[in-house]
Amino acid sequence: MKKSKQFWLFIIAAVLVYAVVQFFIANGTMNQFYSNTFIFIAINIILAVSLHLVIGITGQFSIGHAGFLAVGAYISAIVTMKLDLPFIVAIIVGGMVAALAGLIVGIPSLRLKGDYLAIATLGFAEIIRIVFLNIDYVGGAAGMQVSHLTTWTYAFVCLVITIIVIVNFTNSRHGIAAISVRENEIASDAMGINTTYYKVAAFAIGSFFAGVAGALYSHNFYIIQPSQFGFLKSFDILIFVVLGGLGSLSGAVLSAILLTVVSTYLQGYPETRMIIYSLVLILVMLYRPKGLMGTMEITDYFKLWRTPKGGDQHGK
Amino acid sequence: MEWVQQLINGISLGSIYALIALGYTMVYGIIKLINFAHGDVFMVGSFIGFYSITVFNLGFFPALIISMAACALFGVIIERIAYKRLRNATRIAALITAIGVSLLIEYGVIYIRGAQPEAYPDVFSNRSFAFLGAQISIQSILILSVSVVLMILLQFIVHKTKTGKAMRAVSHDTEAAKLMGINVDNTISATFAIGSALAGAAGVIFGVYYTKIDPLMGVIPGVKAFVAAVLGGIGIIPGAMVGGLVLGVVETVVSALGFSLWRDAAAFVILILILIFRPSGIFGKNTREKV
Repeated sequence: MKKSKQFWLFIIAAVLVYAVVQFFIANGTMNQFYSNTFIFIAINIILAVSLHLVIGITGQFSIGHAGFLAVGAYISAIVTMKLDLPFIVAIIVGGMVAALAGLIVGIPSLRLKGDYLAIATLGFAEIIRIVFLNIDYVGGAAGMQVSHLTTWTYAFVCLVITIIVIVNFTNSRHGIAAISVRENEIASDAMGINTTYYKVAAFAIGSFFAGVAGALYSHNFYIIQPSQFGFLKSFDILIFVVLGGLGSLSGAVLSAILLTVVSTYLQGYPETRMIIYSLVLILVMLYRPKGLMGTMEITDYFKLWRTPKGGDQHGK
Repeated sequence: MEWVQQLINGISLGSIYALIALGYTMVYGIIKLINFAHGDVFMVGSFIGFYSITVFNLGFFPALIISMAACALFGVIIERIAYKRLRNATRIAALITAIGVSLLIEYGVIYIRGAQPEAYPDVFSNRSFAFLGAQISIQSILILSVSVVLMILLQFIVHKTKTGKAMRAVSHDTEAAKLMGINVDNTISATFAIGSALAGAAGVIFGVYYTKIDPLMGVIPGVKAFVAAVLGGIGIIPGAMVGGLVLGVVETVVSALGFSLWRDAAAFVILILILIFRPSGIFGKNTREKV
């Protein structure tokens, strides 16, 4: 009962946010720049939440998320530009192919742990980028023209679906199994959990939503080039998750919003932006290695106010 | 004899990778940290060499030594400020910090001097001689011999000096080394100093050989040198040398076969194959994980 109450509250809040922003876009109070910023925030939240599932929930340190973003971006661009299919099909196909890529990358590399996994995912992301760089069908290094189809409605609906799916996954028995893999892989293996299955599943779901974000991303920028999907893009996504707190979904959402706004204002000064990013990474790791929220969620703080003992649902 | 030529190019490239990979492997061997900032120390070394040649009109060897000394200092500063507090932190925290330090150095340098590339001055005459039908420039011979001398020096330091003995002891078992009265902090700093000095030397050599340097030049050689370290077996010093040379030759062969755009992918394909089939590397021993 309590769960469903939370769910409906979330839906009502989401509809309200959507309606307010849509109202301002429709009556012209918000110009192109601001509506683009809002779309970009939505895309970044999808990316942050999808990587949160891989790093924060399952504990698999992947730093190649931009690779799946690139797969989604290119595949969806092919669907709309070359095959002339509607945008909604492109989003779904982009997500599916990215999930497939996630499976292909995840099955061999998730046998690795820690640092090795990080480097392997980085390598795979770079291979994906180089493959797109070498395919003339998608324009090679010069890039590919994409028409502007992403609207606030598309971005927001995708965002809400992403959050609902990932929250439900996290709270299901599968999610609890994934958290047990994060906490102690050997112990959860000994408890009879098929750790490889859960790692690969989380990785594929994360890749699916990264692909969805890629579809929105490519149709928001008029042109996509392989150079947009390098190491730096992966680190951009990583910093959302790290700053928010490894294992906190609301933390990832908040830091995605915060950092997108900050980087929009610093657009004219890319060096300053990167220096701030890197200092944030270092300082957070040195002084608060759990990130801003740790594994707490915003709703946990509400519970803390009500009951002095604190919530019992950590690690969501 | 095109192939002899390509082989020599490959070995020259490989010796640069090997010099960088040595720093990675030594640091990983001692504190189990992938020092992402190592590629940027390489870049800083290259710029220090560049400025000492152009601004102070020094020759190649003084520039090399200045760059190595400055990088050694730089490496120790990085270790003391950023990594020292993380000795007991989780691996992920340490890795993220290393990524942060790497970005900070790259964009700090861009902030200070701009992102434009520089052309390295010619320090050697461009003479070359024929050997087995291949044109070998004096330059590549010198580069190769400098790398070989540095590697021999490193072997000497690691195996014959007290510091080297301490380094091996700490990397084998930090706690036991501490109990034996070894100053672990200083030993780790010494490791960073030696590794960074080698990266600085590699930076100067890279600049002389490829003539173009820029603030983001360290990223790709850094990652590839890491691949070389993994290929040889991370933590193993001869492994890093062999891994670097193999990687350099493979990349040159891939380019020579006409797939130059795929050259960067070759390194990552090697990395992934090695990680999947033999994660301990060519020289590594398999270790069983204990609970």
